[in-house]
Amino acid sequence: MTKLNDYDKAVETYEPVLGLETHIELDTKTKMFCGCSTAFGAEPNTQTCPVCLALPGALPVANKAAVEATIKIGLALNCHIAEWTRFARKNYFYPDMPKNFQTSQYEEPLCENGYVDVVVDGKDHRIEIERVHLEEDTGKTLHVGGATGRIHGATESLVDYNRAGIPLVEIVTKPVPGTGALAPEVARAYVAELRDIVRSLGVSDVRMEQGSLRCDVNLSLNKPGDEWGTRTETKNVNSLRSVERAVRFEVRRQSALLDAGEKIIQETRHFHEGDGTTSPGRSKEEATDYRYFPEPDLAVMEPSREWVEELRASLPEPPRQRRERLQAAWSLGDKEMQSVVNADAVDLIEATVAAGATPSGAVKWWLGELSRRANESGEELGALAITPAQVAELQGMVDDGRLNDKLARQVIDGVLAGEGSPADVAAERGLEVVSDTGALEAAVDEAIAANPAVADKIRGGTHAAAGVLIGAVMKATKGQADAGTVRQIILDKLS
Amino acid sequence: MSRIIDKTAAELAADIREGRLTSVEVTTAFLDRIAAVDVTIKAFLHVDRDGALATAAEVDAAVAAGQELGPLAGVPVAVKDVVVTKGLPTTAASKILEGWIPPYDATITERIKAAKMPILGKTNMDEFAMGSSTEYSAFGKTLNPWDTGRIPGGSGGGSAAAVAAKMAPLAIGTDTGGSIRQPGAVTGTFGAKPTYGSNSRFGLIAFSSSLDTPGPVARNALDAALLHEVISGYDPRDSTAIDAPVPPVVAAAKAGANGDLSGLKLGVVKEFAEGADAAEPGVIAAYEAGVEQLVKLGAEIVEVSCPSFSYALPTYYLIAPSEASSNLARYDGVRYGLRAGDDGQHSLEEVMSLTREAGFGPEVKRRIILGTYALSAGYVDAFYGKAQLVRTLIKQDFEKAFEQVDAIISPTTPFIAFKFGERTGDPYQMYLADLYTIPTNLYGGPGVSVPVGLSEGMPVGLQVMGPVMGDDITYRVAAALESTQDTLLADTAPEISTDLRFAALNEDGK
Repeated sequence: MTKLNDYDKAVETYEPVLGLETHIELDTKTKMFCGCSTAFGAEPNTQTCPVCLALPGALPVANKAAVEATIKIGLALNCHIAEWTRFARKNYFYPDMPKNFQTSQYEEPLCENGYVDVVVDGKDHRIEIERVHLEEDTGKTLHVGGATGRIHGATESLVDYNRAGIPLVEIVTKPVPGTGALAPEVARAYVAELRDIVRSLGVSDVRMEQGSLRCDVNLSLNKPGDEWGTRTETKNVNSLRSVERAVRFEVRRQSALLDAGEKIIQETRHFHEGDGTTSPGRSKEEATDYRYFPEPDLAVMEPSREWVEELRASLPEPPRQRRERLQAAWSLGDKEMQSVVNADAVDLIEATVAAGATPSGAVKWWLGELSRRANESGEELGALAITPAQVAELQGMVDDGRLNDKLARQVIDGVLAGEGSPADVAAERGLEVVSDTGALEAAVDEAIAANPAVADKIRGGTHAAAGVLIGAVMKATKGQADAGTVRQIILDKLS
Repeated sequence: MSRIIDKTAAELAADIREGRLTSVEVTTAFLDRIAAVDVTIKAFLHVDRDGALATAAEVDAAVAAGQELGPLAGVPVAVKDVVVTKGLPTTAASKILEGWIPPYDATITERIKAAKMPILGKTNMDEFAMGSSTEYSAFGKTLNPWDTGRIPGGSGGGSAAAVAAKMAPLAIGTDTGGSIRQPGAVTGTFGAKPTYGSNSRFGLIAFSSSLDTPGPVARNALDAALLHEVISGYDPRDSTAIDAPVPPVVAAAKAGANGDLSGLKLGVVKEFAEGADAAEPGVIAAYEAGVEQLVKLGAEIVEVSCPSFSYALPTYYLIAPSEASSNLARYDGVRYGLRAGDDGQHSLEEVMSLTREAGFGPEVKRRIILGTYALSAGYVDAFYGKAQLVRTLIKQDFEKAFEQVDAIISPTTPFIAFKFGERTGDPYQMYLADLYTIPTNLYGGPGVSVPVGLSEGMPVGLQVMGPVMGDDITYRVAAALESTQDTLLADTAPEISTDLRFAALNEDGK
């Protein structure tokens, strides 16, 4: 069993140094070096050609849209865009890599030396970017017949090359010291910010759960004043929460080893989603020598400064700036805005407000009832079957007094079940607030008659007792009455 | 000469176009020649009689219908087995690709098909184009039609022998370090390595990506130029292709045939003459006689110094194997070709390893190991990195030389066709065959080999090297040299050796 330190103790003794390598699949129409489709979910090996299957004689040609997307990412991360850049071959054997080398970049990446600022606990942390480069994805191997789905014990290995050659951008940070106890939160905030930036550029859907954003977490510990320690690289950490957990776990694990006078082994480690632990993978001693060399099949690229400036001018408002603008416009406090960001609801709320809802109404629905629904179904908020326009419509019905909150929740049930717009659902299910005062007065009369003692109390001036009668009326009208209206009728009758 | 197979490609094209011969007659004549002669020479790995005749029939129909046709329509061609041909086996003479049928065409194959040239078949070569004798073919050696005890050169020995033995009027070769020119020289045929990037590599089974160049093999400069213009030109599927007009090589070959080179400066490389591995005396004698002829035609000979050429061979033998070690990694038994050891007892890595062990021949393995070593951590700077620096110096030597001269001439190869087995024991002795051809590959410029004479009864070639995209000048000089010969050297080959005649009788008696 791995020995672990208490986290708080660990960060009292040691200073963590973070490093993050992130892979993002671009959503270009075609692959990096051929004309095959990149669409997700097709039948295995139907999106392949001589180039991405590495048939003898086939040659790559770089996808200009992918180069452009990478430059945009580089610019959004404040990088320098290379005047002269080229691809390199990273040589190693694996069946899901058709050429047995990956076309990547080595000494001459497309973008270098940038930074991203993230806010954690109200404090700015600058994450420096070492490089942003362009490469190709591998295929997928499925090991069949074994107990674990891993290669050991498998009777067959099946390879799907549909993903082979999809453009992949790798973003590597410089080492990040100085985060102290906040290392896990800073790591998470960085990946979240990166995701938002890339999404704002419209070059990838950056869905971590679909693997279009994948993260490797590097971490080392050192005592204050000492040199940086030996780092481990935890591979394929594929959710924001996992990034945070992986950092936390490595801090606890490494500090326990260091306390015991043991050495940290430089190695890659696997992250286990289930229990949030890491376990050793390949150690550096047996690591592959990738024998990088410039890719002779691809021409050198020299992005013109005109092009780079054109792309810079086309960049959208940076997510952070946008968040600050929206926070002010929506009159939200820092905590509230943070909740909106954490819930991934910025776009949704913005669209809901644009569709006519008040900011507070939009925030209320998306962070409240709809977040709860998303949690229940394990979906992302944005994946719920309700549009911002529908949420605005719903809120409008509440503001008009046609729905109360309880009815509105039932309307949401109907919308999510695909029964149509809020108005459709309300009409279909008969969920409008009863505004016919004649009917309400009759219901109030009935309630007074059934609760004479309560009625006397109210007559005696104890207005709080009205709640009992309101409850009875609501029950009688199946919740379709407006509680305020009912209250007023009761008080009018009993005073 | 009255036989169809003795005619040049240009003559055949005219005969077909003008109705004196049909393409079916022409194609049949070469197919019959193959049937008669190739049992001995073994230039072909695969003959596509039906496919060739089908194309020929199409051409004849087009001629009959009065359609406009390309300059070589109906003239058959042999294709080196390193060029991918849809539906026709393509092996690069390696066991690892035995039985592989490509599902697509190389760009140059597409262009040959578009030009309506019947493809006779696929020619033998050193495995993955690594070698200078075709002895490293996994499917047996090809014999030199001039002396069947000798090698036909390599790696394109099959294409050169096919043309030399008149089994094909034209052939496609590829040249990485001399694989078109050196076989041309030792078989008395004409071979051209075009400017790198001017001919598409798409569909060429890669040996060394930064050096591989496909080009024509023929019996004379004009025929080669005609084929050159068929296959040449920009291809968006090859990222290293040059997007520029094809140099006018046909016009240059025709101009050269007038025999006037006055005003032209031809460079001879000082370091070639001084080299410790200088050419055989017989080769030098034939070459110098050729140089005299060029002078008579008005050319001025200028000595140029290219000091880095001395390092060309070691530079080449670091860069080419490095690229090859990576290019050949795809042959792992997973997707196509040979798979060995897949018996449920071996791991994935073992299957890959056993496949490569069984599928690659000794020279290919040697170069993969050499290249892997040259790229490995701790050595890459000293080997691959240094070689790239020297490559730049060699380019600069060429660029400087071409400020002084219009073209550079040299013997194509230091020695005549050697006997089988003579150089397989010592790789370096084999590598020396490309001593004079390799610099041009490292530079990227064009080079042609034109037959210049005989030594010990065997052909000797003269190489003409030009500046990048200056292919036309090389053709002009070569064609001028041809104009001084009463008979084309290719036509003076011993008509048929005893072995060949015997083989022919066998065929006739069937």
